[in-house]
Amino acid sequence: MKTFIRLTAIVRPYFWWMALAALIGFATTGSGIGLLMTSAYIIAKAALQPPMAALQLGIVGVRFFGLARGVLRYAERLVSHNTTFRILAKLRLWFYDALEPLAPARLLHFRSGDLLQRIVDDIQSLENLYTRVLAPPVTAILVALLMWVLAGTYSLQAALLILCFHLLAGIGVPLLTMLLGRGLSVGIMNRKTDQQLLALDLIQGIGELQVYGRLAGHLEEMRSVESAKLQLQRKNAIVEGLQESLTGLLMNGAVLTILWALIPIVSTGAMNGISLAVITLAVMASFEPFIPLPAAVKHLEADRHAGKRLFEILDAKPETSSPAAPVPFPANRAIKIEKLSFTYPGSLTKALDSICFSVPAGQHIAIVGPSGAGKSTITSLFMRFWNSSEGGISIGDVDISLLDPEELRRNISLVSQRTYLFAETIRENLLLAKPDATDEELRKALSQAGLINFASKLDEWIGQHGMKLSGGERQRIAIARIVLQNAPMIILDEATANLDGITEKEVTDTLSSISRGKTMITITHRLKAMDQYDNIIVLDKGKIVAQGVHENLMNREGLYHRMWELQHATPAVLTEVPE
Amino acid sequence: MNIDRRLFQLIKKERAPFILSIISGSIASGMLIAQAFYLSKIIDGAFIQKSAINNLIPLFGFFGLFSILRMLFNWSSQTEANRGTLTIRKKLFTLLTEKVGLLGPIYTRSVQSGKLSTTLLKGVEALDAYYSQYIPQIFFALFTPLLIVAAIFPDDWISGVILLATAPLIPLFMILIGKSASAMTEKQWKTMSRMSGYFLDVLQGLPTLKLFAQSREQRKSIEESGENFRQATMRVLKVAFLSSLTLELVGTIGTAVIAVGIGLRIMKGQIGFQPALFVLLLTPDFYLPLRQLGTKFHAGMEGVSASKEIFAILEQPAPLHSPGVPAIQAEPFVRYPLILNNLSYSYPGSEVAAIDNITATIAAGKTTAIIGPSGAGKSTLINLLLRFQEPASGSITMNGRPIHEIPLEEWHREISWVPQHPYLFNATLKENILLGRADASEKEISDTLEKTGLLSFVRTLPNGLETMIGEQGSRLSGGEAQRVALARAFLKNAPLLVLDEPTSHTDPELEAALRSSILELMKGRTTVVIAHRLETIMRAEQIIVVSKGRITGKGTHDELIEAGGFYRDALKLQQEECV
Repeated sequence: MKTFIRLTAIVRPYFWWMALAALIGFATTGSGIGLLMTSAYIIAKAALQPPMAALQLGIVGVRFFGLARGVLRYAERLVSHNTTFRILAKLRLWFYDALEPLAPARLLHFRSGDLLQRIVDDIQSLENLYTRVLAPPVTAILVALLMWVLAGTYSLQAALLILCFHLLAGIGVPLLTMLLGRGLSVGIMNRKTDQQLLALDLIQGIGELQVYGRLAGHLEEMRSVESAKLQLQRKNAIVEGLQESLTGLLMNGAVLTILWALIPIVSTGAMNGISLAVITLAVMASFEPFIPLPAAVKHLEADRHAGKRLFEILDAKPETSSPAAPVPFPANRAIKIEKLSFTYPGSLTKALDSICFSVPAGQHIAIVGPSGAGKSTITSLFMRFWNSSEGGISIGDVDISLLDPEELRRNISLVSQRTYLFAETIRENLLLAKPDATDEELRKALSQAGLINFASKLDEWIGQHGMKLSGGERQRIAIARIVLQNAPMIILDEATANLDGITEKEVTDTLSSISRGKTMITITHRLKAMDQYDNIIVLDKGKIVAQGVHENLMNREGLYHRMWELQHATPAVLTEVPE
Repeated sequence: MNIDRRLFQLIKKERAPFILSIISGSIASGMLIAQAFYLSKIIDGAFIQKSAINNLIPLFGFFGLFSILRMLFNWSSQTEANRGTLTIRKKLFTLLTEKVGLLGPIYTRSVQSGKLSTTLLKGVEALDAYYSQYIPQIFFALFTPLLIVAAIFPDDWISGVILLATAPLIPLFMILIGKSASAMTEKQWKTMSRMSGYFLDVLQGLPTLKLFAQSREQRKSIEESGENFRQATMRVLKVAFLSSLTLELVGTIGTAVIAVGIGLRIMKGQIGFQPALFVLLLTPDFYLPLRQLGTKFHAGMEGVSASKEIFAILEQPAPLHSPGVPAIQAEPFVRYPLILNNLSYSYPGSEVAAIDNITATIAAGKTTAIIGPSGAGKSTLINLLLRFQEPASGSITMNGRPIHEIPLEEWHREISWVPQHPYLFNATLKENILLGRADASEKEISDTLEKTGLLSFVRTLPNGLETMIGEQGSRLSGGEAQRVALARAFLKNAPLLVLDEPTSHTDPELEAALRSSILELMKGRTTVVIAHRLETIMRAEQIIVVSKGRITGKGTHDELIEAGGFYRDALKLQQEECV
């Protein structure tokens, strides 16, 4: 219930739109009722052989309601779709607003697009909250009220009887189907999640499954989950069929009861026979809006689950928040890292353990070490994606937690191993770094990044995740971005790790030319051209094990020396494997 | 009426439930007419004949009876159609997953994994509406109106003619408007999915947006794109919904025309009140199945478009695995060398051969290293050995017999495979290791953990071996994943070992530990290794140097140095670089 209330709160701004759509929906059903009522009126009246003029009213009514129903249906569909799209846009915005402060620390477990896709699907399914969940009961209630008024003018007893049947159809049947179908939707949804994971295992692990003789078993497992799902869906279909039939049966029951109640009144002459025919047909038409009600209850359940999943994500506390009164970015760009420690949530070991070092302004340093040493954690802490557990990072003697995170990020350029490119044009991808850049600036940045051939293709679409670009081109786009950003500090986090030897050399050269005079931290596990650094910090298992310039480190027996030896033992030309 | 032949074919084997569904539905239509008849009798009795209610009791009884029967037959019609549909879905799902299993890793790597899993799961599900609703509705849209007209004709042939004349208008309008409208709607749905793709892109790129302090700016774009989408869609829908307007109007105006017509005929005494009411009651039900066909058509079309993807997979040519004669158990597998005879392979759509006429012998019980630059054909060679691909020409033989004659599962039983990027299944760490041999004892598992250096890693995990890994579990580093793959190979203990040595040179301690376990694994086995480390290359009993799909050198390290060429040049280059 709480989830539902929170969900409705999101769509509340569209209350008037929804009210309008519901009203038109009611008018549509009302016209249907009117059409049958006036039709019945015509033939019943005609049976009494009145003068021709007596039928006139009925004929006008039939024509009016006949046209009105079609036109109103059209209007209703337009308004409700319009509302749905407004709600969808609003939902996305709402979700984005709530998610934005959480990224990326709280979103680590959505590493594959598939899971994130499910979130997007959840939002998409919520867009129908109005059309499928909120609107049907409103229309049904309005129609029930209308019938109460119509029938009440003839007989209170009849009105009460109709109300009973409406209540049964509107509350009894949905309740019954809910009881019968309890757990079915959730069960089906859970099976679907299982299936998604099994399918992923099949698609990506098929080589292993074949070689290890598990393919048949895995397929069997997939089949059995599918069977379980189908079984649930079959039960679901039976319940759904039942509800539709039950509503139909209730309609017939209502017709019978109303006739049973009214015929004696007609016999006494207290009510005329025309009304009998008219009311009977009105009752028949009035059950139309009750048919979608059980489905609405079901959708409500599904929407509640979708909402719950979304709120679960959104209710996380952001890892970092902007300080109330941020300190302006210091002019002195010396970096000092003091007793920096960090442990990832759920992990037993420290990713960083009391790290201390400093980088004087304008210096270039390298942080090296085996994978898992904690190198990239330093980047995440620097960019304030995470907060340190102990100790801190300061720039010009100001702790970075006192700065506005956006201001901080604007002053640090980061190139990481995998550059994320948006499915947009090259221009859009570059403007990210400097929204007001002119085309001239963009072209200049591209040429500095070694992408002069892209200068004429600013409006070219680069494909999903930039698929149309090679690994080298992607990293060069990242470089063009940092040229545009022109921040005083640069962090390169395995920026060239995915590139083949020749491209790596070219990219590295470009990087060192644009980083001249700036403070730069290079994080790498590939020891190449190490003599260019003013200082090298060797990290292992979260601790600094050595520090110094290349020559010094090579003269010592230790991790650095061993890594160097290992990496320079096999001729790269023989085996280089670019991604 | 757009019945997809391939989809209809599937029904033929599941005829019974569909036939039952149609029979039940037809009986229900008959009951509907009976109901209308008795209802008109009741009202006529009370209104015109002025009968006392007691005389009407039998009529009430019949009406009630037919109501209940109609509900039951309708229900059974639905559940039967559903039963048949689920059988078809199950069958299709089995066919599909088996086909994907047969196509193997080469196929799954060539397609987007998200798209493939959507086809497997949602694609088959989308067919539900096609079979359970659309197909039966085609029948009912023809049968029920005709039955109703047949029932009306004796009493009022004029109304029958009006109905028959207006009925074709519905399919006609559906075709006329539907065609252009559905093209527009389809285009719009595509925009819709592109929109949700855009939103997904933004969510995935959120960390990047934050890096450039653009994440709050992005909000505006989301808002704008939502609004633009809404406006564009509404423009389309205004036209598209005209079709439903016309359909609705044909139904309501038809009813109005009939009501007025029979009203006038009653006045002239050409028809009695009871038959007139009977006709009027049936008129809405005459149009209903035709209109429903329209909505179910749209639901069904979704399935038809999904089926295109499904059949695209089902009709993929599968690699031909001859059933073969199982015989290798009789002879110790490891005793025979593998002989590559004029082996060639080129990828579909590629002009250049990936493997071009390779002839070599892989000695039994010894290590053969394959080296060469990227793209030389090393992986293709391994894929051919693993039989993920079948050679275009030439063969691999063992003991004079092409390995492709051996049943695939048996061949795989004799091979262990340690890929460069092992896949970790969404299961516990233990289950991932037990992929090698499901019935391994606790002792064997702990020995294997020891040998592969996983023991200390397992200790850092909160749940030890029972920790979930893979998609939804903890993330393992590349090195850890490699060790899991090694553990699988140790447990499997197969005579033939195919190894893709990791390229990254990250952690000297880890590498030393891995190397000794790899060496132990190689001992006494026929090993084919794509080698990246000089030490591995030097230890190999045979080195095969490949370049551009051809063998450019063969022999031991010393022999190759002696022979000169690419191998020595590459080594020499490296030496010079180091100095």
